[in-house]
Amino acid sequence: MPLANAMGRLLRGAIRSDVYHSFRASKTTVIAGIVTALIFAASFAAPLIALQNPYDPASLNLSDAMKPPVFFGGEWAFPLGTDDQGRDMYSTILYGTRLSLIVGFASVLLAMAIGISFGLVAGYFGGAVDAVLMRAADVQLTFPAFLVALTLDGVVRGMVAAKILDIDHNDIAVPVIVISLGLAFWPQYARTVRGVVLIERSKDYVNAARIIGVSPWRIMLRHILPNAMSPVLVIATINLAVAIITEATLSFLGVGLPKTEPSLGALIQIGNDYLSSGDLWITVSPGIMLAVLVLAVNLLGDWMRDALNPKLR
Amino acid sequence: MIAFLFRRLFQGAIVMLTVALVSFVLFNYVGDPINGMVGQDTSLQDREKLREQLGLNDFIGVRFARFVGNAVQGNFGLSYRTAEPVLRMIMERLPATLELSLVAALFAVLVGVPMGVYSGLYPKRALSRVMQAVSLIGISLPTFLIGIILILTFAVLPNTCRSGLSIGGVVVIDCSLLAWLALPAFGRGDVVDLGGWRTGFLTASGLKAVILPAVTLGLFQLTLIMRIVRAEMLEVMRTDYIKFARARGIRSRNINFGHALKNTLVPVITITGLQVGQIIAFAIITETVFSWPGVGQLFVQSVSAADMPVMAAYLSFIGLLFVVINLLVDLFYYGVDPRLRAAQAAGKTV
Repeated sequence: MPLANAMGRLLRGAIRSDVYHSFRASKTTVIAGIVTALIFAASFAAPLIALQNPYDPASLNLSDAMKPPVFFGGEWAFPLGTDDQGRDMYSTILYGTRLSLIVGFASVLLAMAIGISFGLVAGYFGGAVDAVLMRAADVQLTFPAFLVALTLDGVVRGMVAAKILDIDHNDIAVPVIVISLGLAFWPQYARTVRGVVLIERSKDYVNAARIIGVSPWRIMLRHILPNAMSPVLVIATINLAVAIITEATLSFLGVGLPKTEPSLGALIQIGNDYLSSGDLWITVSPGIMLAVLVLAVNLLGDWMRDALNPKLR
Repeated sequence: MIAFLFRRLFQGAIVMLTVALVSFVLFNYVGDPINGMVGQDTSLQDREKLREQLGLNDFIGVRFARFVGNAVQGNFGLSYRTAEPVLRMIMERLPATLELSLVAALFAVLVGVPMGVYSGLYPKRALSRVMQAVSLIGISLPTFLIGIILILTFAVLPNTCRSGLSIGGVVVIDCSLLAWLALPAFGRGDVVDLGGWRTGFLTASGLKAVILPAVTLGLFQLTLIMRIVRAEMLEVMRTDYIKFARARGIRSRNINFGHALKNTLVPVITITGLQVGQIIAFAIITETVFSWPGVGQLFVQSVSAADMPVMAAYLSFIGLLFVVINLLVDLFYYGVDPRLRAAQAAGKTV
């Protein structure tokens, strides 16, 4: 577990270091950190603190549909009102945030795994492997990640429609979107890691390791990779915000996660249908949640970029 | 110069070849073209015969060459969803997207540059701080959420307003003011057909309809441009030639706009140029939010209906656009920045 070790070492070092002090020094960052921690805690405690399980059709009652929030003529049983299927908005927002966070984390981890492996291999071996992988990254970076993910999602839909994959798209929506986002975001990790490898590759400690017969994989993972972890972590934090936004956008467009188990984006889309009739609450409360979450994670990312790596700008 | 151009063209060719390959795979392996052409009760023999006639059993290289040949002539076949020719569907919707993108880009540049100049010249003023905070929000918020906020403010609230907004019994905004601010948030308004190009610029309702979508689409670019101009201005104002100009007693307006701003414009134009691709891509979202009948909306409809020919055509088209824009930006950069040419002349590669 070189990755876990490297991260553990980084975290232990971080608490003793300037990084922690630079965190304490900025009020905005502390607030962003607290808000992020609260949202994480609340969404992962969703089954305990939610009033119902909005993803379980048996717990929904259509006669509860379209109730306004409690301060706008609603009732305490549904503090933030209900949507058109009778889902309690407060519970659905908790579950939806959890789903958005899971998808965000999973896709960032996937993009990291692909990007780090490609970056290590390209930088260490060079030559044709390097040329092919980096040209592939160039080609992909020509297109916005959002468009790449949207296209990949469309490909899977096409395969389902043509019965190449014999399953209901709703059953595989979460893995499909995680893979689409993961494949859309790998190039930036690959480029960064490759850059670090190119610098470290010719240093004495790597040569020494090579001479005593350490295998290339071990050199890449144990000796070189730890040097690349702080820029990778910075990219990953900012990437998490982008991944959450992209998932929400795809779900809002109706091509991401299904409305039956709504994420924040899908929930906003449900609300969008009722916007013009003045029933604003289905859109507004998940919208605020999404905005606050993304803003907080972005602020943490900005701080991390300045604190961990002043050169990376 | 020739070598530089050649390398860029080669890169562009690789991108286009990849895009063509992806489109080809979409076209041929995701979904069966035969299914779109025949009925349920066509026998397997008839299907096989049709396959043979259409050349679907040929060697893959031959089929790819044929696909590229057709694509170059703009022939992407028929949509699975509407059975219309794909090229016609795209061409009909293209003016809407281009007009929207143009207005969005103009908005981003014409508002973003002055904001950046102001907050770069006077970074400590309260207004500059407000601009910085707003730009952080503009960069963080997803495009579709910005669109919804604008729809809420300028379309929903004016129409559902009964009592106005009052804080502590004092009416802050009343319904007539809201009604005066109201803007359309659905579709293009009335359009005029100029020989195949349907424009919304010539009617009052068309011009009004473009405001909200263009602001939504341009806001991200606006914040980006503002931040770049601000950073560049802060940088340039510290340089010696600005100090020297001050010492010579040149009026500060001339220094700010003649000397400083001029030197910040190269990165701004580069970034703006590269953003055109982003604008077209984000038009997908904006068009869906505002029911704007452009190619982006068509693409989303095609993705959810698994309409492969339209997806393939859109991707090829967008790929070509990105390659051309990147090439133009590179050439512009090369023409404007003498340092690049000097580096070439000295035999260094860029």
